[in-house]
Amino acid sequence: MASIFQGVGAATALSSSTSFDTKKFQLSSRRSLSERKPSFVVVRSSAAKKDSGSSRTGGRADHLVTNAVATKSENPAASTASKPGHELLLFEALREGLEEEMERDARVCVMGEDVGHYGGSYKVTKGLAEKYGDLRVLDTPIAENSFTGMGIGAAMTGLRPIIEGMNMGFLLLAFNQISNNCGMLHYTSGGQFKIPVVIRGPGGVGRQLGAEHSQRLESYFQSIPGIQMVACSTPYNAKGLMKAAIRSDNPVILFEHVLLYNLKERIPDEEYVLSLEEAEMVRPGEHVTILTYSRMRYHVMQAAKTLVNKGYDPEVIDIRSLKPFDLYTIGNSIKKTHRVLIVEECMRTGGIGASLTAAITENFHDYLDAPIVCLSSQDVPTPYAGTLEEWTVVQPPQIVAAVEQLCR
Amino acid sequence: MASSYFSKSKALIMQNLKSRKFLTLGFVNRTSSVTTSQFPPHLIKTISFPPLPARNYESSSRINSSIAFARCFASVSGGRGAHTATSVSDDVDQFCTESPSQEVDFPGGKVKFTPKLTFTSKTIEERVPCYRVLNENGDLIIDSDSVEISKELAVKMYTDMVTLQVMDTIFYEAQRQGRISFYLTAIGEEAINIASAAALNINDFVFPQYREAGVLLWRGFTLQEFANQLFGNKYDYGKGRQMPIHYGSKKLNYITVASTVATQVPHAVGAAYSMKMEKKDSCTVTYFGDGGSSTGDFHAALNFAAVMEAPVIFFCRNNGWAISTPVRDQFRSDGIVVKGNAYGVPSIRVDGNDVLAVYSAVHQARKMAIQEQTPVLIEALTYRAGHHSTSDDSTKYRSLDEIEWWRGDQNPVKRFRKFIENKGWWSEEAESEHRSNIRKQLSQAIQAAERVEKPSIGDLFSDVYDASPKNLREQESFLRKNIEKHARDYPTDVPL
Repeated sequence: MASIFQGVGAATALSSSTSFDTKKFQLSSRRSLSERKPSFVVVRSSAAKKDSGSSRTGGRADHLVTNAVATKSENPAASTASKPGHELLLFEALREGLEEEMERDARVCVMGEDVGHYGGSYKVTKGLAEKYGDLRVLDTPIAENSFTGMGIGAAMTGLRPIIEGMNMGFLLLAFNQISNNCGMLHYTSGGQFKIPVVIRGPGGVGRQLGAEHSQRLESYFQSIPGIQMVACSTPYNAKGLMKAAIRSDNPVILFEHVLLYNLKERIPDEEYVLSLEEAEMVRPGEHVTILTYSRMRYHVMQAAKTLVNKGYDPEVIDIRSLKPFDLYTIGNSIKKTHRVLIVEECMRTGGIGASLTAAITENFHDYLDAPIVCLSSQDVPTPYAGTLEEWTVVQPPQIVAAVEQLCR
Repeated sequence: MASSYFSKSKALIMQNLKSRKFLTLGFVNRTSSVTTSQFPPHLIKTISFPPLPARNYESSSRINSSIAFARCFASVSGGRGAHTATSVSDDVDQFCTESPSQEVDFPGGKVKFTPKLTFTSKTIEERVPCYRVLNENGDLIIDSDSVEISKELAVKMYTDMVTLQVMDTIFYEAQRQGRISFYLTAIGEEAINIASAAALNINDFVFPQYREAGVLLWRGFTLQEFANQLFGNKYDYGKGRQMPIHYGSKKLNYITVASTVATQVPHAVGAAYSMKMEKKDSCTVTYFGDGGSSTGDFHAALNFAAVMEAPVIFFCRNNGWAISTPVRDQFRSDGIVVKGNAYGVPSIRVDGNDVLAVYSAVHQARKMAIQEQTPVLIEALTYRAGHHSTSDDSTKYRSLDEIEWWRGDQNPVKRFRKFIENKGWWSEEAESEHRSNIRKQLSQAIQAAERVEKPSIGDLFSDVYDASPKNLREQESFLRKNIEKHARDYPTDVPL
């Protein structure tokens, strides 16, 4: 991490919002505040659309899609109505996946606060209660620990529930059930009872939602044995991961992001299911491996545009599977580029980036030409003020600067 | 929160509602007078939603809108009933005959007003009575409600109670001798264990706390199977992964015990929900103690079960003690039975040391749960005549006299024995024969279980997921390499 700061004077684009040693922080703060670029919208940018579009080809006949490979610089004009498939928003993709699975298997059910009659606070379950009844799409009272427990009990006796947390942060109340029962009961019962639940909900830093509604729960859950964690980032992988999670016999936690629900993309008409343990190659490259997931993918792709203009060739991988890591894809990339940058939204301490850094160091140390750089949020509760909030999240200029530093 | 809260979806939902009979919780438009307003039902969770045309509703032009009928879609199969515990009956269509200002429809139903500023009482004037069939001498009290039981059933219940008692005594001793690491008895609660199990069906899923080994015994778990779990050997169904007494059996529909207190209560509600969805002719049963009733899970589970109308029997073993905490330090309500009442769950208090009372209550509760699709709460008053577990010495916080008294004639085994002996179904010879038989079986089972080897190292890593992931495979091979390197330090009775 020290290599980033060799040229503090030069790296003015490095704002002080990312988490560094406090000494460096103080040094760079004054200067970079004034030179900080204005904020930008990530979610609806055409760049996002193009990049997510480049991650799959149209007209897929296969049912199981592994490791969608990106083609470089796909012309956005080509992705017009002449392409097969249908366009939808990310929350609609989640709903489509959910509905297909509910249609396919009568044991699939949904429970959570306001999922039934209201259609879900982010409309992921809209229309499902009308179609399947308000018992199969169940509105629960406000007791996360208990309705998670209910889902676990239902799963042990044959159903396949999807438990929705209105916001991931609320699932902290369900930690006891998730850790002590969901993750454990298959093991402690000697394999007699399985718990095929999907726990999902929106998390991450939104637009001024306040500290309690901006939690990154993947940090807290990553240690629990017995569960799997995946994070979706595009409508395509949202639908595929939702379906895969429902079909899996393990408990799976699906992390969605509050700001990504309105992303639009064209997805195939045919049925497809993605693998829960695979990462997604967003943009192949040669110079540096950038590992990211969820919303940060878009910040990275924004930075990638700038980097390409500056002559760099970053390889961007959306790791998607947070537990376990897809070390195969990641490893192959590292063996090619020898440099790693991790861009995440978690706090610096104990986040996904921290674990990923450890895993890479353990497994691929010999292939690295430079220490792994991890850009994360600071170890602070997310402030409400918009300007402050933006500074807690890694921004594209920082990513650009980090790559420049790394590729010296 | 996100803007999606206030989307136009509510209009969409209104159009799609097919049921005729629903009336939703709505914000009452309090600016208009109660008597004259003709507002149709509103959807909750919207802000200043304009009144919609009343075409879809059973429109009495009056106050129906804010009565708390459960919202339900007519297209639901296995859906919930339109009435909740708080709903007023159908004749609400008529306005009440009293002067209107004495009642107002708040969300949740009509309420009568009173000019008296009084609070409900803190002290309990009269406790909920306790249902009992047999007295201390094993005689039937004047009784018309209990279920008739046959000689066969009575003798089986009694012999299983004795087996449980002997099993508890001997396994407890085995722990004291250092042969097993931990044990927990059900001494004093044999009637609760056996009689409740006897009133259930094998298809009823059991979600135990930890003092319900008798339920498993009744269903057919053998003494050898118990011993295998206690010794954690390779025949243990849990593959040696849990502490002793954390039994579990899929074939007997008994969910593996977890050490966490009362987490099984919401599990039972979820399983009941699953049975309700699949319209099964069965219910779920969950057991917990007086201490467990203080947890958050207990309250939310009762609440949910009532709202969902789930067929679950909540069985509370109020044995007076939560390790060293007496009930007076646990809650100040009249036990647990009134809590069921508070949540809208039909509840009963029974004498937990009376086999026939427990049997009848559970028998009736099961019928209610399945036929009426309702949760039921049973509070069984009893006494924990043993220590909390082998890690506890209860004489430290309660008197020996008290313990001895409850082990005496109040003892459920003794009471029921008197009953069946009076009927001529049992004798002293049968007693001593049965007891020595069980003791012999137990010592054989213990010896056999002790000799069996432990689960292999591979079982440390299996079943964490359905298939072993790469990191676990790596960790296993690392462990095995270590074992090879240091073979002398590795225990001989753990196979590789």
